Amino acid sequence: MSAPLLDVRDLSVAYGRAEVVHNVSIQVTQGALVTVIGANGAGKTTLLNALMGLLGARGAITFRGRPIANVPLEARVQQGLCLVPERRELFADMPVEDNLLLGGIRRSRAERNQTLEQVFSQFPRLKERRRQLAGTLSGGERQMLAMGRALMARPTLLMLDEPSLGLAPRIVRDIFQILTELRASGVSILLVEQNARAALQVADYAYVMELGAITTQGSPAEIAQDSRLVESYLGLGGNDY
Amino acid sequence: MDTTIFLFLLQDGVINGAVYALVAIALVLVFAVTRVIFVPQGEFVAFAALTVAALENGRAPSTPWLLLALGILAAIAEVVWHFRDLTVKRIVRVALLDLALPVALLWLTLALAPMKLGQLVNILLAIALITPMGPMIYRIAFEPLAHSSVLVLLMAAFGVHFSLIGLGLVFFGPEGSGTTPLSSASFSLGDLVVTGQSVAVLIVTAALLVLFALFFGRTLLGKALRACSSNRIGARLVGIPTSAAGQFSFAIAALLGAVSGILVGPLMTVFYDSGFLIGLKAFVAAIIGGLVSYPLTVIAALGVGFAEALFSFWASNFKEVLVFTLIIPVLAWRSIYAPYHEESE
Ligand SMILES: Nc1ncnc2c1ncn2[C@@H]1O[C@H](COP(=O)(O)OP(=O)(O)OP(=O)(O)O)[C@@H](O)[C@H]1O
Ligand SMILES: [Mg+2]
Repeated sequence: MSAPLLDVRDLSVAYGRAEVVHNVSIQVTQGALVTVIGANGAGKTTLLNALMGLLGARGAITFRGRPIANVPLEARVQQGLCLVPERRELFADMPVEDNLLLGGIRRSRAERNQTLEQVFSQFPRLKERRRQLAGTLSGGERQMLAMGRALMARPTLLMLDEPSLGLAPRIVRDIFQILTELRASGVSILLVEQNARAALQVADYAYVMELGAITTQGSPAEIAQDSRLVESYLGLGGNDY
Repeated sequence: MDTTIFLFLLQDGVINGAVYALVAIALVLVFAVTRVIFVPQGEFVAFAALTVAALENGRAPSTPWLLLALGILAAIAEVVWHFRDLTVKRIVRVALLDLALPVALLWLTLALAPMKLGQLVNILLAIALITPMGPMIYRIAFEPLAHSSVLVLLMAAFGVHFSLIGLGLVFFGPEGSGTTPLSSASFSLGDLVVTGQSVAVLIVTAALLVLFALFFGRTLLGKALRACSSNRIGARLVGIPTSAAGQFSFAIAALLGAVSGILVGPLMTVFYDSGFLIGLKAFVAAIIGGLVSYPLTVIAALGVGFAEALFSFWASNFKEVLVFTLIIPVLAWRSIYAPYHEESE
């Protein structure tokens, strides 16, 4: 088997003295949709921010066969790593279209315009609202814009931090539908979620993170069988939240 | 006060205000992109005026030596801060921009100065000498602190200001000088005599403001700079190189400073440290604009210029004090009505 697209070994991340992610090792194979699920405060956002380069970390990160632990953030974007952050971080005082174009700023103009058309066909809603200021979008639209902006960079690996956060179940379904479409089109995805039920439905492989460490991993079916995890993350009723 | 005096003061105020506007939008730009309150912006103004003055007298100005000194410091800073990732590309860039460019400009200045080639050449040379100082200063003093708080950056800005004042005294000496007007024409509108210089100031300022608006409103590069101020994390996440954006904003600031210096040169006697007061008045305007709004900043700058003209007519001894007092009601008003902003990061 070929080497994984993303290979994280013994990654530890600390805020000052307080270490909140401990010796985490995860892999994402080319073309896969991998999910990391975990409760509030487990360290999921911290992990993604460290992988992206927003936070410093100890440990090895290999992306497309190259070590990137010491590579600055903008070079990681250049190499095809992209993050849709938990707080979206849109350019609120700029129109939707400018947000998207800036997402593709490291690409050539031709590539950028072509990708813009693709993103607009994936998210027709964004096309309708292309002149609206990003700050005035609804929560669901903002999430779509954050994803669209990341896709404008044509990532090899798209990392998403709780894309379902604060969205109505219908919109969550739409977003996850788009994730499966993206995966089918060849984008590898690392999805961090608290909404474990939805994440396990679309993922190829899952990690469970608890108190800053990976405690369980396996296929979504295996995770869904684990009675302890079912109780803590999937709930006994049918409630996803 | 009769209408003639009023119109005269208005003309005076608008001209000064136009120059403050150029300095003030540079302050707003630099703050937006880098969060640096760039205290030494006025130094570019003074140094540019002194450069043109020297060239007009057929003397080679000391500006290229100052540029070379800054270039050497920037090259050292680059090697020190990026010791671990010194690529060939990086070394070539440093050698070209920090060392070869100042040396070339030095040679050009020494060759051209005695020839007295005229105003246009003097102006272009001054702009060429001042503009590269912006990114050099950014790389020496601010890039290593890029993630620090606004307060730390402000202290660094004061440090740069005092260093530049010191260097200014060494390189330009304590004498003040003025430059010849851009246009010696004048015509009368009723009772008011309008000088060609004031028309030139207004045209140049208006043209630059329009270019500025087009650049930030229409081009992707301009939007990328705005993105840095709109959402810093977002800008980093889409791969906008924040260091390059910072250098670019400092280059624009230095360019605007140089043009301002060329415009004020004929209006006053400029000394090596004259820039500070100009910068401070522009800062009043920038604060009134909340350090974010360009149109508001321009209007405020014109207001500051006009207020200064009025105060110098009524109470010339207290002119500066009164101008700076303007900031108090503005700050009070802002603190009452402005929404509370958490400092991000
Ligand atoms: N800037 C910070 N400084 C100090 N501690 C932090 C900081 N950011 C997060 N933490 C702590 O690190 C731990 C992990 O936080 P993180 O945001 O990574 O969790 P998470 O798994 O993403 O949670 P959620 O599902 O609520 O988003 C938490 O205990 C949090 O309080
Ligand atoms: Mg989180």
